[in-house]
Amino acid sequence: MSALAPDDWQALALSLRVGFLSVLVSLPFALALAWLMSRRRFPGRILLESLLFLPLILPPVVTGYALLALLGRHGPLGALLGEFGIVVAFRWTGAVIAAAVMGFPLLVLSVRVAFDNVDRRLEAAAETLGAGAWRRFATITLPLSLRGIVAGCVLAFARAFGEFGATISFVSNIPGETRTLPIAIYELLNAPGGMPGVHRLALVSLVVALGASTAAALVAGRAPWRRRPA
Amino acid sequence: MIELALRHAYADLELDLAFRSDARTLALYGDSGAGKTSVLNAIAGLLAPQSGRIAIDGEVLLDTARGVAVPVSRRRIGYVFQDGRLFPHLDVRRNLLYGVEGPHAQFAMMVELLGLGALLQRRPDGLSGGERQRVAIGRALLSDPRALLLDEPLTGLHAQARQQVLDHLRRLKRELRVFTVLVSHHADEVAALADEVVRIDAGRVVRQQPVAEFAARHARVIEAG
Repeated sequence: MSALAPDDWQALALSLRVGFLSVLVSLPFALALAWLMSRRRFPGRILLESLLFLPLILPPVVTGYALLALLGRHGPLGALLGEFGIVVAFRWTGAVIAAAVMGFPLLVLSVRVAFDNVDRRLEAAAETLGAGAWRRFATITLPLSLRGIVAGCVLAFARAFGEFGATISFVSNIPGETRTLPIAIYELLNAPGGMPGVHRLALVSLVVALGASTAAALVAGRAPWRRRPA
Repeated sequence: MIELALRHAYADLELDLAFRSDARTLALYGDSGAGKTSVLNAIAGLLAPQSGRIAIDGEVLLDTARGVAVPVSRRRIGYVFQDGRLFPHLDVRRNLLYGVEGPHAQFAMMVELLGLGALLQRRPDGLSGGERQRVAIGRALLSDPRALLLDEPLTGLHAQARQQVLDHLRRLKRELRVFTVLVSHHADEVAALADEVVRIDAGRVVRQQPVAEFAARHARVIEAG
């Protein structure tokens, strides 16, 4: 198998950038929402959960179209952003948004399960020791949920890395700007003589996926309180 | 000094009790399920009773009639839970220092008093039951509490560990002057640690007496224990 072509590198670099940034951007929101869903009862909670799952259930192309309608140049939010010179449709930043939206439910779900599994009695103990809500979250809830949060990040990254439908609907296929790895593979599949390129990029995808899941397993396994005493 | 009046209805128990005590160590004695831990939870703020008033040394922590409820994190109540509740991801030193604000002048003294010097780098899952309970006691005391709550601190410990923790608690009582509420259903523990005893049965106070009277009444049980 031949080495990667410059276009392949470009697609790989873009997919990695989109994957990392989409997780980074959505993580604070996911933490806040997961905490809210795990620790608070409020009106409209069921509706919020239903909305959260929408990107998982809707065809990705529909999600992409919705993003385009909302954030495109003529969409209500897109027009507003345009006033400040910010354009996301047909830009790599739009690919990050599409990937973040698609991975968000997986991230929130994993973090929420992790928060649910933290022993609430430990948080109560911290509270009696004078810790306010933020300190309890930062020193008890967050470290004790780290494994679930890492798992959620990996899932969301994997979802973002492989994102296709929403991305191509929202930001199209622009070489060097929005042509991510899956879009490049799709293009090669439809091009005469593209099969060697498909094989190359499929192998690259496999390597990245294995690398991400191995890294997650290593990080989770190294959580210090999981070490048994000597 | 503590003044306490509580009313709170659970599905299977109705708490309706009031007492006032000047004792330095007050024991709440009674059978399991009598409502003793609920009283501790109300003092700590972890239970919001339907109505009640709690004041320690004149400081009102709860007064439902006046809409006063000091938040848990600002009550300065050191709570030693029956199950310890040490933070599993922190070593003993960091558990001990969790509630300490500013310089920790008492740290070395507390470590010495509770014999924790050799354990400071260990994590809770590497400690025995007695060690865990001593760390929990130290952690609660280092948070500079206005009151120390001990919920069955010796339950679940084997005889030797139980004696060790009991000795440490006696020493703390001698050397520190912290108002303490002890919950126990063991007469010998109560007799060894308390100055005054409130007997609680099915959510109500049935008797309040000095520890000498209590010990005399329970002499046979205490000797057997």
